[in-house]
Amino acid sequence: MSGQVAESATLTKKDFVSDQEVRWCPGCGDYSILSQIQKVLPELGVPKERYAFVSGIGCSSRFPYYMNTYGFHTIHGRAAAVATGLKTARPDLSVWVITGDGDGLSIGGNHLIHAIRRNIDLKIVLFNNRIYGLTKGQFSPTSEVGKITKSTPYGSIEEPFNPVFLALACNATFVARTIDREPKHMQQVLRRAAEHKGVAFVEVLQNCSVFNDGAFENITDKKVKKEQQLLLEHGRPMRFGPGGEKGIRMRDLTPEVVTLGEGGIAEDDLLVHDEAAPEPTLALLLARLGFPVYPTPIGVLRAVDSMPYDRAVHEKIAEIQKSAGPVGDAAMQELLSGRATWDVE
Amino acid sequence: MTQTVQPLESVTIRFAGDSGDGMQLTGTQFTNASAIAGNDVATFPDYPAEIRAPAGTLAGVSGFQVNFGSVDIHTPGDELDALVAMNPAGLKANLDILKPNGVIVLNTAAFKAANVAKAGYTEDPRGDGSLDAFQVVEVDMNKLAAAAVSDMGLNSSVVGRTKNMLALGLMCWLYERPLEPTIDWITRKFASKGELAEANIRVLKAGHSYGETAEIFHSRFRVEPAKLSTGTYRSITGNQAVALGAVAASARSGRPLFLGSYPITPASDILHELAAHKRFGVVTFQAEDEIAGVCSSIGAAYGGSLAITTTSGPGMALKSEALGLAVKAELPLVIVNVQRGGPSTGLPTKTEQSDLFQAVLGRNGDTPIPVIAARSPSDCFDAMYEACGIALEYMMPVILLTDGYLANGAEPWLIPNFGELPQLATHVWKDADTFHQCKRDADTLARPWGLPGTPGMEHRIGGLETDIETGNVAYGGPNHQEMTDLRHERVARIARSYAPTEIDGPGRGGLLIVSWGSTYGSVRAAIESSRGDGIDVGHVHLRHLSPLPRDLGEILSGFDTVLVPEMNMGQLAFLLQATYPVRVKRLNRVEGRPFKRSEILAAIREHSGEER
Repeated sequence: MSGQVAESATLTKKDFVSDQEVRWCPGCGDYSILSQIQKVLPELGVPKERYAFVSGIGCSSRFPYYMNTYGFHTIHGRAAAVATGLKTARPDLSVWVITGDGDGLSIGGNHLIHAIRRNIDLKIVLFNNRIYGLTKGQFSPTSEVGKITKSTPYGSIEEPFNPVFLALACNATFVARTIDREPKHMQQVLRRAAEHKGVAFVEVLQNCSVFNDGAFENITDKKVKKEQQLLLEHGRPMRFGPGGEKGIRMRDLTPEVVTLGEGGIAEDDLLVHDEAAPEPTLALLLARLGFPVYPTPIGVLRAVDSMPYDRAVHEKIAEIQKSAGPVGDAAMQELLSGRATWDVE
Repeated sequence: MTQTVQPLESVTIRFAGDSGDGMQLTGTQFTNASAIAGNDVATFPDYPAEIRAPAGTLAGVSGFQVNFGSVDIHTPGDELDALVAMNPAGLKANLDILKPNGVIVLNTAAFKAANVAKAGYTEDPRGDGSLDAFQVVEVDMNKLAAAAVSDMGLNSSVVGRTKNMLALGLMCWLYERPLEPTIDWITRKFASKGELAEANIRVLKAGHSYGETAEIFHSRFRVEPAKLSTGTYRSITGNQAVALGAVAASARSGRPLFLGSYPITPASDILHELAAHKRFGVVTFQAEDEIAGVCSSIGAAYGGSLAITTTSGPGMALKSEALGLAVKAELPLVIVNVQRGGPSTGLPTKTEQSDLFQAVLGRNGDTPIPVIAARSPSDCFDAMYEACGIALEYMMPVILLTDGYLANGAEPWLIPNFGELPQLATHVWKDADTFHQCKRDADTLARPWGLPGTPGMEHRIGGLETDIETGNVAYGGPNHQEMTDLRHERVARIARSYAPTEIDGPGRGGLLIVSWGSTYGSVRAAIESSRGDGIDVGHVHLRHLSPLPRDLGEILSGFDTVLVPEMNMGQLAFLLQATYPVRVKRLNRVEGRPFKRSEILAAIREHSGEER
């Protein structure tokens, strides 16, 4: 094992770039996500051959072709299900699921919630661009009410999903949100996700420059981001604003934006982030914050320890094998024979 | 008094009662005792879809039919020699298949006015003359059971639930079946509940003693052991045999077994059976839906497992897109469809063979998948073993068709010697220097199975069309034609490995019966009868439905008439006519039960001697 770690320590980003031409549209946020993952993987101490990328269908799901790792481009919505089988059969692999808001939250919603519920050790990266890109521009399950698209010429009337809120409702043990145009932040979040033992759900706010350009502009634009992003740091009071002069405090069960110094409000009055809280209450509350009333939380909302499904499966098998004794031809013969036999002479 | 003992070649009996009366269990125990007594057996469990349909009604009747004999038994029997009716509904639902002068054993405790009415009788059938043609034996099973355990201080509902053991003990006496197998089973089943074990054993013995002392029967019946091949036997159902076939194939291929499955009647018992075999490293994954069942298996196959998924018709429909992925990605996978009556939810607990089109044809695109079918409960082991072997050897998904009758039916199984089962080769590739995902085996055209985790063999697979040389995504027309041709050729080549098709009876001549799946037993039984009548017919039973055997066309052309009996509206007949220049006569029944021997016999009489 140590030999492999030493070898993997010499890996660089280049080792993870495949020979395939990347075919996303110019200016697509997916390029940045690809680049950050290729930068982070060599630093994790995992041999390259242990990585497997599994995707569904959609723009984001072309991702495995561009990674020089094992990769499986499956069918629409089913990446989490295929990856669940792979990881359950092969817990030694580092299995990543690449999905989008349509693939993961619409056609594949059932597999996504159950993968999270089981806490199977998958790294799920959901590219959220709030639109169907590959089918050329229909509203998605994360599109906002009123969204004008080809299939909603008079505006969408559907309430969108909030991906991190959904993941937390499934009791996800690791939930984070990051942004395509914040490479350093994304790298930190991806590293944390990779190191988490259990399911890791990462929502990336990703710009579709062709069908939904500027969907996150009001949060991610340089001019407004300090005002509109709440950078979460474990153990730190929740402050934001250009000079950190604003904060979030609780009034009864409702969060409130306050300005430090005004009306005697001090840092001690603010909410303090605790990503490791055993109950997801704080994380759920944070997941609901967003434009226009609140800044949008960015970073790790929740990270708690719990037994991963795949490890539990194999521990149970090992335990039974230990008590039942070795499996050889005699044991197989016993299995075929069952309990009640008779002889014909 | 000494009773006479009447020798019989074969006997068919049916236990019938409410869904909660334990009829399936009673029938299973009687079957096991018969098998251990050396008879050949065939069973037909027949129960409603509801767990507890309204008590006492015809809709709630659960039956278990068993045919046992000193001769080869191919079917569960057309007509009953004896009927055990635990209530009026059980009597009414089955009287039409009881032979004249057949034995009826009634539980009189259940013949109260309310129950008689619930069964749809206007008056008690015991007094209206409708049973005059039969030998009716009236037994108050509840009272006898209560008396047997009167000193145990059990509450009355517990005592009431032992009455099936009274019936079982009585029938074991009547047909000279040993009680020991049932006593052993009760002891194991209630190992932690000694009181229940004792109560059930006491009532079982009380039923036996009642037969011995009460002089209610004119005679006992003796069915001598059958002349089965020598060796060690067990009783096995189709679902058990599928599960064991998979474990054996895993052991013989060296690939760990993975089952991804969603519960569905009548396939769930395969999941239950395999979940118990963790000792053999078996991973069972109860998925969130049918799609995840097959997709998780595809993921496990990608990781190097011998992966299988089990389902029935409606679940098969949900899996079809993923089957296309397995074809495109060239991953080994076995899909077991335990067929039931359709369309839609259909008849969940009743048998049918109507998913043949779905198996052979039911996918988007030109997407061939080999299809094989089992012919008897124990044959499910061989069929599953073969399906796993094809999947591994050819690197492709394989569909195994069984059905509700095979799944739940039981028969004696000559236990194979594990050490003699053939090794199953795989295409697992270890050498990175010589690996390329498109480098195919010259014989099978299988691609190498390059498993994640192997250094230096990183590559991508997927559902998009790929270049035949490089494996990269490719949308070109000529390449798509080549890849499509390749997928067809890969499946077609499987037929080269088939043994020559066996023809039972004359190799050419008048009438040929072509059958597949679970109709095997009924057809065999009918042909044996027709030969007894001097009508000889040929019989071909197909294990391989796709690709069809290469010698089948020539065989078909050697007969004046080809008859295909199927529990569907003519699906194999259609495929044969689409493949060969042959006109096919059809015999189709979808009544939720296996063919009766007499139905096939009538068709043989009708079609034998016909000119083309």
